Amino acid sequence: MSDTISLIFIIIGVVFDLFGCIGLIRLPDVYNRLQSATKSVTLGTCSILFGLFIKYGFSAIGMKALIAIPLLFFASTVAAHALIRGSYKFGIKLWDKTVIDDYKDVQK
Amino acid sequence: MKYITLFIIIFVLWLLMTYNLETPNLIVGAVVALITSLVFGKGFLQDSKKFFQPQRYFWIIVYLFIFIWECIKANFDVAYRVLSPSMPIKPGIVKVKTTLKTDIGKTFLANSITMTPGTITVDIIDDEFYVHWIYVSSKDPKEYTNKILGRFEKYLKRIFE
Repeated sequence: MSDTISLIFIIIGVVFDLFGCIGLIRLPDVYNRLQSATKSVTLGTCSILFGLFIKYGFSAIGMKALIAIPLLFFASTVAAHALIRGSYKFGIKLWDKTVIDDYKDVQK
Repeated sequence: MKYITLFIIIFVLWLLMTYNLETPNLIVGAVVALITSLVFGKGFLQDSKKFFQPQRYFWIIVYLFIFIWECIKANFDVAYRVLSPSMPIKPGIVKVKTTLKTDIGKTFLANSITMTPGTITVDIIDDEFYVHWIYVSSKDPKEYTNKILGRFEKYLKRIFE
């Protein structure tokens, strides 16, 4: 039973990771690509780790997988924040069809 | 006081991670936790009394469920935008104002924004967040502030302030 549930979680995780990678290729600029890279890939990977936890339960492997989830969450959000701010400061332009840019005003 | 709190957190994390209660492991864990808490204790919470107020933990659990639900919604949202042939995106950077005061509250709010539908925090200047949004659905500041922050702000206020 727990094998089946863990397999379901791992499959969901792999599918979301795949969506994230498709997004990385299809979306037009750095900023939008980061959107898909942080969201889909984080939940996908967390889902894989959770599947692993269900399979192994409260053992050394299962606990490590469970602790990796919050660590991954914080690491990926902070990394996304650093990357998006860094690329803006570096001068990478937003996509042509961007509708609004409030951040431009505080740069000077 | 805050050094002791940090020490306990790191030590428990170490025990969970190694999953082993033998004496050498305990000693190594204590030494590592001591060094880490001495180095990073200065930047830890200003007010560690808040750690011992049980009602905050209740709101953390409530917040966790809301957050996971929003996170799952975010993923379906992004997956839909990525997979649909016409790619319905309308990106932009908007400015939103928060009412949270503490640094840790703002940090958590920024991280929550990053994990929810189509938004990434670009920068925080004082109490203004600059948020990159994949689909800017309205131009009215009040409306989008409510859309981006409204779900989390009231819970974070109860947890951190």
